[in-house]
Amino acid sequence: MAWFKTQKKPLTSEGRRDLPADVFKKCDGCGEILYRERLVRNLHVCPDCGNHFRMPAACYVELLTDPGSFEETGADLVSDDPLNFADLKPYPTRLRTAKEKTGRNEAVVTGRARIEGIPFALAVMDFAFIGGSMGSVVGEKIARAGRDALERATGLVVVSASGGARMMEGIFSLMQMAKTSAVLARLHERGLPYVSILTHPTTGGVTASYAMLGDANLAEPGALIGFAGPRVIEETIKQELPQGFQSAEFLEEHGMVDRVVDRRQMKASVATLLRHMQAGWEGRD
Amino acid sequence: MAAHAPFERHIVEMENQISKLRELASKGGVDMSRELWELVAKLDTLRRDTYRNLDAMEQVQVARHAGRPYTLDYVRGIFTEWFELKGDRRFRNDEAIVGGWARLDGRSVMVIGHQKGKDMKENLRRNFGMPHPEGYRKALRLMKTAAKFGRPVVTLVDTPGAYPGFGAEERGQAEAIATNLREMARLRTPTVCVVIGEGGSGGALALGVTDRILVMEHAIYSVISPEGCAAILWRSADHRNEAARALRLTSSDLLSLGVADEVVPEPPGGAHTNPEAAMTAVAEALTRNLSEIDGADPEELVARRWAKYEAMGAWQETAGAGGAS
Ligand SMILES: [Zn+2]
Repeated sequence: MAWFKTQKKPLTSEGRRDLPADVFKKCDGCGEILYRERLVRNLHVCPDCGNHFRMPAACYVELLTDPGSFEETGADLVSDDPLNFADLKPYPTRLRTAKEKTGRNEAVVTGRARIEGIPFALAVMDFAFIGGSMGSVVGEKIARAGRDALERATGLVVVSASGGARMMEGIFSLMQMAKTSAVLARLHERGLPYVSILTHPTTGGVTASYAMLGDANLAEPGALIGFAGPRVIEETIKQELPQGFQSAEFLEEHGMVDRVVDRRQMKASVATLLRHMQAGWEGRD
Repeated sequence: MAAHAPFERHIVEMENQISKLRELASKGGVDMSRELWELVAKLDTLRRDTYRNLDAMEQVQVARHAGRPYTLDYVRGIFTEWFELKGDRRFRNDEAIVGGWARLDGRSVMVIGHQKGKDMKENLRRNFGMPHPEGYRKALRLMKTAAKFGRPVVTLVDTPGAYPGFGAEERGQAEAIATNLREMARLRTPTVCVVIGEGGSGGALALGVTDRILVMEHAIYSVISPEGCAAILWRSADHRNEAARALRLTSSDLLSLGVADEVVPEPPGGAHTNPEAAMTAVAEALTRNLSEIDGADPEELVARRWAKYEAMGAWQETAGAGGAS
């Protein structure tokens, strides 16, 4: 919910005046000034310290899918404004701005593809679209990706990046947690594998629904993952949180994620897991 | 009633006036029955008018009213043969959620609900009705026990939200809630939820994925508190009135949005003015809803539950073929 409170890593380079931001980017991890091109080639991971920058959703799709295998679905689904919601800005204005900024209709990309030959359904969230918040369209697209997996008897992979539920859709946004979990219940019962990948940041209603329900939960190094945002917790307990609290590594240590996986090994890891879990694909490598 | 909301001021003034008159009448032997009778009738009208015209934030205040019946009041008031079951078998017994066997209209049911405290001491023990992961895990354990014996589950929702604390995060608050959502979606037994006060976000929903959702007239159900929403979207909690209105969190909103199946009427003046009447109305609604779904084929129940939740939301498909709502 607190989608801009949790945004710790600014996307744009604060850079020095003499370094054009479109060519260079400063690493928050080690302070190194990096060639943007080199960073992109390295999957937005700092070659020096391994710091994982946020990666655009389209790049994540490319990362996890075999070349040319991705077929996007549901791209034309758009948010309604069921509550006629307006805060300082009307909700439709926020949607329009997000669409212009991302070139996308909503905060998740979905489709079907192959990964090392294995067919699967994929959803990748886009934090740049209203903080990756989950409204009706995100819920519906995740649900459809799940149904697609059910229909074709494949696995499902969801890459999460979200500040939580989208307040501007009120109770409907809350109900998307139940909706997506209901579809995952069906996958669970059919014995179809679901791999959840948690990236920076994943909090609120998305963590408290599909992001935590993987047969395997993988997390990117350093990702902030939690139910409540750190500021809300600090306000509640009137104490500063220790370094590394709610980090991917913290969650691994506390038994909430199976493994912290470097982005550069993500595709191979997901493929291995699907080979282990997806019927008909065991022992094929 | 010690605490009252600002909009209740006139009601409280008239109540005081009535009790003074009563005192006078009993002391002085003066016949004031006519004046009294008129005042009582006036008070009744005032209550009805006030409570019919509450704005969204006033509804929130009523939903949070400390005089409302809480889960254990319902347990004592409308159920019999209560047998509390404690603990998640993993960590501890979270007293922000209570649960156990109970009987309603002859039927054995598992009752599970958030529990706020009646005073500061009890609130510290019950964490103001804000559960930790172990509370949700206890709730799930009890739901599975109910399903094992083919008994319905009744959940009573009344929480500001899941507790956002250190230990809660450490022990997997998000995982506990998520697991409840998935497991409630596939529970092979009839389930009914009543929002009896505050339906606070994911911490409420974790007891709320049910065949039927009933909401009491002055209860609320929201993705975020009006204060939290105002602080984020308006950048100041001072805008909670606007936020409360915008969120559409009242019982009539929830009914018209198709999230609530039924609104349970409260006595004029709200459940806190006449808890007995409020609880009786809940008992009636629960009994009726349970008899409608109890005995149904569990597979059919679950299929219908999936269909209901999977249809929730509002979207459009731009390439022709209209969306759902
Ligand atoms: Zn670096």
